[in-house]
Parts: sequence; C-alpha cells; structure tokens
Amino acid sequence: MLNSDAKLSAKIFADDIEKASTRDGFGKGSVEAGKNDPRVVVLCADLSESTRAEWFQKEFPERFVEMGVAEQNMATVAAGMAAAGKIPFITSYAAFNPGRNYEQIRTTIALNHMPVKICGMHAGVSVGPDGATHQMLEDIGLMRMLPGMTVLAPGDAEEARKAVLAAAQTDGPVYIRFSRTATPIFTTSDTPFTIGKAMMLWKSESPKVAILSTGSLSYTALMAARALSESGIDSLVLHVPTVKPLDEGAVLDAVRSVDGVVTVEEHQAAGGFGSAIAEFLSQHHPMPMRLLGVLDVFGQSGEPDQLLEHYGLDTLHIQTAARELSKSIG
Amino acid sequence: MMSLDDEQVRTLETKAEAIRETVIQMLVEAKSGHTAGPLGMADVFTAFYFHILNHNPKLPSWEERDRLVLSNGHICPVLYAALAHSGYFSIEECLTLRKFGSRLQGHPERLHLPGLETTSGPLGEGLSQAAGMAYAFRMDDKKQRVYCLMSDGEQEEGNIWEAAMFAGKYKLSNLIAVMDRNNIQIDGMTEDIMPLEPIADKYRAFNWHVLEVNGNDVRAFISAVDEAKAIYEKPVLIIAHTIPGKGVPEIEFDYRWHGKPPSKEEGKRFLKEIRTMSGKVLHEYA
Repeated sequence: MLNSDAKLSAKIFADDIEKASTRDGFGKGSVEAGKNDPRVVVLCADLSESTRAEWFQKEFPERFVEMGVAEQNMATVAAGMAAAGKIPFITSYAAFNPGRNYEQIRTTIALNHMPVKICGMHAGVSVGPDGATHQMLEDIGLMRMLPGMTVLAPGDAEEARKAVLAAAQTDGPVYIRFSRTATPIFTTSDTPFTIGKAMMLWKSESPKVAILSTGSLSYTALMAARALSESGIDSLVLHVPTVKPLDEGAVLDAVRSVDGVVTVEEHQAAGGFGSAIAEFLSQHHPMPMRLLGVLDVFGQSGEPDQLLEHYGLDTLHIQTAARELSKSIG
Repeated sequence: MMSLDDEQVRTLETKAEAIRETVIQMLVEAKSGHTAGPLGMADVFTAFYFHILNHNPKLPSWEERDRLVLSNGHICPVLYAALAHSGYFSIEECLTLRKFGSRLQGHPERLHLPGLETTSGPLGEGLSQAAGMAYAFRMDDKKQRVYCLMSDGEQEEGNIWEAAMFAGKYKLSNLIAVMDRNNIQIDGMTEDIMPLEPIADKYRAFNWHVLEVNGNDVRAFISAVDEAKAIYEKPVLIIAHTIPGKGVPEIEFDYRWHGKPPSKEEGKRFLKEIRTMSGKVLHEYA
C-alpha cells in the first residue's frame, strides 16, 4: 500500500509518469535558493550545462563563479567565500567533487565547518556511456565519514529541488548527490522533505521484509515491493534521502515488524548507505540483511538500464534478494 | 601609510625578539614542532600584527577586519605567539602548544582559537581560501584586505597554481600573498627537492604583480606591503627572503631544523642568542 501521507505522484504507477534527472532538480532549486538568499553563490568547474549550474548563471550572473577545470581550487575558494559570509554551492561531477578534491573538503570545509554545499553530479553507474572514470560509486562513503557533514541522496528531481533549498538553509557543510539520467518523479511539491527524515513509500499489510533505499533507486525499490506484493510477499519500502544524519527512529520503526532488511543504492555496497544501515542495526537491532550495491568493482560503458541490471540494481534483483531473505528467515 | 621612524622600527624589532623567545619556549615545552620557519618569519608576523593589519584582538570576529590566512600551518608557533603578544589570549597559554586539550593545536584549527581565519597544515590550500575571501569581499564592495602567508615549499602543490590562475583571472587586487622564501623544506633545499625558480617570473606569467624583499627587515617589509597596496589591477605576491632559524646563528640556514624542536638545553642556548640580537638584526644579516 502506498503511504498516503507521502502525497506521492498520482501517476506513480502509470507508464507516462513524468521523468527528469535529479540534476534538473539542482538547477531549479539553486535558482530558488538564490532568490531566497542573496548569500547563495554557485561555483562551476567548466561543466555549466551538464551540472545545470547555467540555470543559476542565467538568473544571477554576478553570483556565478567560473572556476575552470580546477575542483581543488573550487572547494578551497568556496571555503574562503563561506568564511566571508557566502553560501557557496560547488558543482562538478561527483568523481571530481568530492573525488578529486576530498582532502580540500576535509580540511577547509569539514574541519572548518563551513556552510559549503558540495554538489556531486553524475553519481552512480546510470551515468551510462561515459564509463567507469565518470561513474562515481564511492562518494557517499567518502562524505559520510567526515564529522559534521550532512549527506543527501534525493530520490527524484522534485526532492532534489527541495534538498537544495534545505541545504542552503542548513548550517555547516552538506554533500548532495545527483544523477544524470532522467528518472520518474514519484514525489510531488506536497511531499514532505526535511533533512534527517526518512519517508515510508510503501507498506504491505504485514511486511516480512523491509527495503531501505536511497537516491533514485527508491522508485525501483517501490516497483519491486509492488511486484512482491502481487506474488504474495509483504514488504515495506523506506526511502532514506538523508544518509547522514540517519533517521534512526524511522529505521528502527521500519525494521521492528520485519524479519530481514534489504538495502539498495547506486554506490559501492562497501562503505555506502547499506553499510550505514548495517552499522546502525548491528548495534541496535541486529537482523539478517542483504546489501544491494556495486560489489567491489568499477562501472563500465553502457546504457543506464543495462548497467543497473548488470550490477544487480533493477526491480528483479531487488525482488530476488527480498525473496531469498524471506525464505532464509522463513 | 607614513614611513616608519627609527623608534618605531626599534619597537617592532624588540617585539619580534619577544615573539622569537615565546616561540622557543613553546617548542621546548611542546617537545615537537617546527623551529626554522617560525623564527624566520617572526619579523613578518610582527609587522602584520603590530603594524599592517587592521584588526582588534578584543573583537576577533569583527567583520571589517583584514584577514590573514596562514597557509603553511606548520609554522603556527609564530602565529600563536604573535596573536598572544597582540592580546588575543595570554602569553602563558602559548605553553600549552600541542598538548592534550589545548586550543593551540599542532596545526591551527579555526574553530579552536580566536584570531584564526582558517584551519591549515595540509599545504597549498591557503591561497585559494584567501582568494575566495577576496572575491567575496569585492562582490560586496567591502574594503578590507586579505593577506595570505605561504611557504616556498608548498609552491610544489598543484592547488597553489589553480589559485594563482584564479586570482590572476579575477584581478584580485585586494589580495596580497607573502611567500616565505627561505629555500628549505623538510627533505632539503627547495632547488634540490623540486626547483621553484624562476618563481617570480612564474607568478608574473600568471598575471600577478611580484615584489621581492628582505623578510627579516621589518622596515623594508612594511614598505613592500605599502607598495603592494598601491597596485590595484592585479593580485600581488611579495617574495619575502628570510633566513630559516633567524636569530639563532647556530641553526640559521640549516634545513634540518625545519621540522624539529630544540631540546631543553638547546632552548636555553637559543634564548640567550636571541636576547643578544637587539639592534643587530639588520646590521649583521641583512
């Protein structure tokens, strides 16, 4: 059953559900954040079109800073601008931001606790044809280990827009992960979004398996739960757009009534969202788990759907994991 | 700014000696830390905190203050000593350097201590942060200046040249960088480890205005900063030639003192040498 409190899209199960990439959500959200607060600035490392930073540039050319291809300088200049009262959003592909400039982020943004918003675009294998170099799969791990860093992985373009607005209003550093490919917009402008809050998308009558997911794969998880329900397996789907700080209460509530947990993310299974859930549950509510993610390999070129299937991140693989888990605990 | 009279210079030189003494005492007490750089830069820090900077030690977060960003955080004993001597905190607190629970961390941390503009230690990051501050101040039409103190060794970091390109592109004339050109780094002489020269020409090629000065001559250094302020279409780099270990003849010019502290015995000897410096700094070594 869909959670009516989530005020999800009326077209959520329709073939013609609207689609957009979460980076489009960044474009929209950054313009709104810029309107709300004159301190907001956007820094760009020669990727204004593909990061959608140009949407902000068009509205606020005087608050848009072109850095050239220099992600380390972008992070450190942003730290300086934040020290001088700005709220900088730094934008590039996640492989370089926070991949290339990790130490700059650690020292000058995290340790200084500066309100710099790190926007990592083109995260995950769904980048597609660009291949492994550009398919960032380690960013959640890198960022969630940093003390004081908030880590967001919005589920669709609309939620991404809200995440950008919320990040602008949050004290301290925030990492937001965006993806390249257009994915279903399953939330609406009425869907609640608060940093640190998870949201139940689906809950069957007596769920045996909890599917916890982050990013746009939460829609895939929802499709899996619906299919499982049709085949007689009751489950729930908890969408967790804030990887850190984790909504521990919601996670505990979600898993209390089930026998096993499947986590889903477009990231290395090691060190990412599933690991965060495992770290928490192993200490507070140990239970059988399956962590779905990329398993210690790099990505490769291909079409997004092809790649998601190959790495076991499609609806069928989620169903299989849930089935096996419910059997093994059955 | 008016040029300094002899009395003012003498006062600053005396202050620099006091700062050197505090540096030695801190390092002896801490039993670890860097000696050569802090002693070599004592005159530059004195010039900044007792003459150049528009700041208020009683109101460290006063918005209109000039910003001094220390990029090579490992020379923080001289920064801490200068902050303490100018009244940000007590000179006694300097002796807590590197100890558990101290606000004077082994490398400076902005959130720990008033008067610090950033956290540093990992090299090559200060110039970008200073440039970011300068850029933001110019956006808001604010008049304060941003100074970045950096080492010569850290010019080997790529991030520095990204920052140099950025500041050159945006003509950040409210940014003045000072390079401590003492020619040493941990493993040896810079020109042996990774040659930097012609360093002035490199910055000029990146659209900076470059000045060179004796960094152990307070009067000359202040005059160079005055000149830098008059350059309004480019960021300015002042290459401050300093003597590592300045004030303690037995360690001057010796790269092996880059990263170690004096023992208690050595400390006593060094203090004696520093205390006999008065008035001789310029005449003997300049």
